[in-house]
Amino acid sequence: MKDFMMIFIGGSSSIHFTPEQMQANMQQWFNWMNELKAKGIYVYGEPLTPNGKTVKGKEPVVTDGPFAESKELVGGFIIVKAADIDEAAELAKGCPDLPIGGTVEVREVMKY
Amino acid sequence: MQTAPAQQLVDHLFRHEAGKMIAVLTRIFGMHNLEMAEDVVQEAFLKAMQVWKFDVPANPAAWLMQTARNKAIDIVRRQQYHRQYSNEVAQQLLTETENTIGQFFSDNEINDSQLRMIFACCHPQLKLEDRIALTLKTVSGFGVPEIARALVTNDAVIQKRLYRAKQFIKEADVRFEIPAGLELMQRLDTVYTILYLLFNEGYNSLKADELIRKDLCGEAIRLAYILSQNKSGKQPATFALLALMCLQASRFDSRLDEDNSIILLQNQDRSKWNHDLVQMGYYYLNQSAQGGDMSVYHIESAIAAEHCLATSFENTNWRRMLQLYDMLLELKATPVVTLNRAVILAQSGNPQQAINSIQALDKIDTLLQSQYIYSAVLGDIYLTIQDYEQAKKYLLLSRQLTTSEAEKKLLNEKLKTITIAIT
Repeated sequence: MKDFMMIFIGGSSSIHFTPEQMQANMQQWFNWMNELKAKGIYVYGEPLTPNGKTVKGKEPVVTDGPFAESKELVGGFIIVKAADIDEAAELAKGCPDLPIGGTVEVREVMKY
Repeated sequence: MQTAPAQQLVDHLFRHEAGKMIAVLTRIFGMHNLEMAEDVVQEAFLKAMQVWKFDVPANPAAWLMQTARNKAIDIVRRQQYHRQYSNEVAQQLLTETENTIGQFFSDNEINDSQLRMIFACCHPQLKLEDRIALTLKTVSGFGVPEIARALVTNDAVIQKRLYRAKQFIKEADVRFEIPAGLELMQRLDTVYTILYLLFNEGYNSLKADELIRKDLCGEAIRLAYILSQNKSGKQPATFALLALMCLQASRFDSRLDEDNSIILLQNQDRSKWNHDLVQMGYYYLNQSAQGGDMSVYHIESAIAAEHCLATSFENTNWRRMLQLYDMLLELKATPVVTLNRAVILAQSGNPQQAINSIQALDKIDTLLQSQYIYSAVLGDIYLTIQDYEQAKKYLLLSRQLTTSEAEKKLLNEKLKTITIAIT
């Protein structure tokens, strides 16, 4: 089993939901995360605050975030265990934000 | 491997907390800054959406309130210390801001703010439909699409109503307060009207889907409960209204069968009535008896209680019912009350008198041509005295007018019994 990072972009953090819809989305997240934990493949995960800074250039210029439009904003990440990238991508299909325009980027954590 | 079940939030937690947060924040920012309050609530929810996925707080409601509180302090501080004073003064002002704002977040003050918000949304100068939309949005935490679904209209119509209501609140400088004395009673009356409408919309409108209708009824009961928990709101009429809604709601699940057809009161399985709600109804009915005044809600809840007390439809105390309807008619001389009284008259063995009382209604022809319920009741009474010709005439008219599939089905069944009876 290898480690894979799922990076959550856009989705529930960018959509204008009613409170009831937000709660429904939240419940789906609870269920999904719980499912990953129940399978014993959930390793770690954290949310990221929407504001930040960007540092760029040979003579570094620091600018205030957000770095992108909210639909491109990274909301958080988790690390899960899977046999290969295909299995990890299959797992990512369960992400509750996909139906509402979210994206999951799946990357293998490189071991060397 | 045995694992714990997934985290479960309390039903409608976000909705209910939205109402609380908006009320408190509006009290802090002022009624003219209602939108600012809504923005803060939205921000708090977005933050929750991000963070809770990874770690649900032990007390989600308190977490939301705390987040709203911190944001409120931030905003007030930003405005206030725009220009810096000396460090010492700034420090003191900061502490004061925190204390001043913090005090609005106690349970008592939250309840108080919610009541103020209810009063503001039910302002008598607002159109009735605007009041309902604004109350659902601001007090109940419903979103525009949900309000539209509940009221069987579209989003644009609701947007317009909300816009109009908010404009009025800004322009008329509506105060965010609980009135006292006679004014309190008058304002409470406008609130009762809205809660009663909300409840009836949920209970009677067969056009909206069952789920959202249940939400509406639940919400009306919840708001009445909030009223009853406030020192200004806990009036006898508040308890009477609460009793009425609990008793009615106890029959919610018995009114329709699996095919979504209406089950009439006389055919309902009384063991299916929600016993807990009936008991709550009796409890509030008792509470409402304190104090001398008799409101419309007192009588209507007494009528609802009579239904619950009867072991079967046949065993209903019709004499007592008729007395109650006579009292109700004195306070509320509307065609609908007359119509309901006629049903009781017919049940107590006076069908002809019942028919006469309906036919004697002012503008009965217009009523018959515009609202299906009048012809439905008339047709029914004619059916009981076996005047099939008249019965058929009115039931057909009723079927033509109703838009509800369940009603149509019921009317068709009655028409079928006529066909069988005359052949």
